[in-house]
Amino acid sequence: MNNQKIIQIFARSLGVDEEIISDSLEYNSIPEWDSIAHMTLISELEDGFDIMLDTDDIIDMSSVSKAKEILGKHDISF
Amino acid sequence: MLQNKIAFITGSTRGIGRAIAFNFAQNGATLIINGRCSDNVRQLSNELKNKFHVDVHEAVFDVSNYDEVKNGFKDIYQITKKLDIVVNNAGILESSLIGMFSKDNLKNTYSTNVDAIYYILQYASRLLVRNNSGSIINLTSIMGTNGCAGQSIYSGSKAAVIGITKSLAKELADKNIRVNAIAPGFIDTDMTNSLDIKIFDKRINSIEMGRAGTADEVANTALFLASELSEYVTGQIIGVDGGMLL
Repeated sequence: MNNQKIIQIFARSLGVDEEIISDSLEYNSIPEWDSIAHMTLISELEDGFDIMLDTDDIIDMSSVSKAKEILGKHDISF
Repeated sequence: MLQNKIAFITGSTRGIGRAIAFNFAQNGATLIINGRCSDNVRQLSNELKNKFHVDVHEAVFDVSNYDEVKNGFKDIYQITKKLDIVVNNAGILESSLIGMFSKDNLKNTYSTNVDAIYYILQYASRLLVRNNSGSIINLTSIMGTNGCAGQSIYSGSKAAVIGITKSLAKELADKNIRVNAIAPGFIDTDMTNSLDIKIFDKRINSIEMGRAGTADEVANTALFLASELSEYVTGQIIGVDGGMLL
C-alpha cells in the first residue's frame, strides 16, 4: 500500500505518469524532477505520510529508492 | 485582522516579541510562542489565553541550537501542520569596541541574530509553502541599516538580516510568501535599558521625535506586515525609529 502511495505522490508532485516512477529514478535525471519540484515533492511526502523530514534527509533524497530508505526511518515500510 | 492565521514568534517572552504576541492575539491569531525558559513561556501563554481567548502553543527551545529548532518544528508540524506568519524576533545586543570584543561575544551574537534565522526559516518556509501564501517578518535594526560606533558586531549581524530578507523575498515571491524586515530605532525595552546611561542619553538626543519608541509601536508595524494590508509589500526594510539619526 505504501509502495503505491509513494508512486502516486512522486507522479503527482513531478507531474509525470506513474509508469515512470521506479526505485532507480534519480533526482535531476528527468527535467520534471528539478530543485523546485523537489520541494513540492517533500511537502507531498510529508503530508502523505504525516511526518516532517530533516533537512539533511531532504538533501540526501537522491532517488526513489533513497526516499523509501529515508521514510523507513519514520517507521514507514515498503 | 489575523483571524484563522497561525503565527510563530521567536523570543516572545520579553520586549518587542512580547508586544507582537499581544498584538497578534488581540487580532485573533493562533500563536506559537517561543522562548528558552519554559516558565516564562508558560506564563505568557496563560496571559494571552486569559486575555484574548485565542489558541496558544508553547515552543520552548533555543533558536540558536540547530537540533532544538529541528525538533521544535517537528512538534509544531504535529500540532498545527501549517504556518501563516513567522516573526524572527529573538536577538541579543552586543556592545564592544573593535579591539575589545571576545570570540565568544562574536559567536553568540551571530548565532542568535543570524544563524537562528536560517535555522528557523529552513523549516518554517516549508510549512508556509504549503499554503501558497504567508508572511515572514525579520527584526533587524537601524544599526543594521546605518551602522553604529561601538556596535560593529550587533550592526553586522543586523545587516546580515537585511541581506537574508531581501534574498528570501525574491526566492519565495512566486510562492506568494512575503519577506520583510522591521528596523526599529531606539525602543524602550530591557535590551536598550541595559545600555550605559551616557549612551542611552546620546541615543535619545539623536531622535527627531525626541523620545524612545515603544514595543507596541513596533508591534503595530509587524501587524501591518503580517496582515493583508501589506499583501503587495515584500523585500522591504521598514524603519520604526521616530526619525532617529545615526
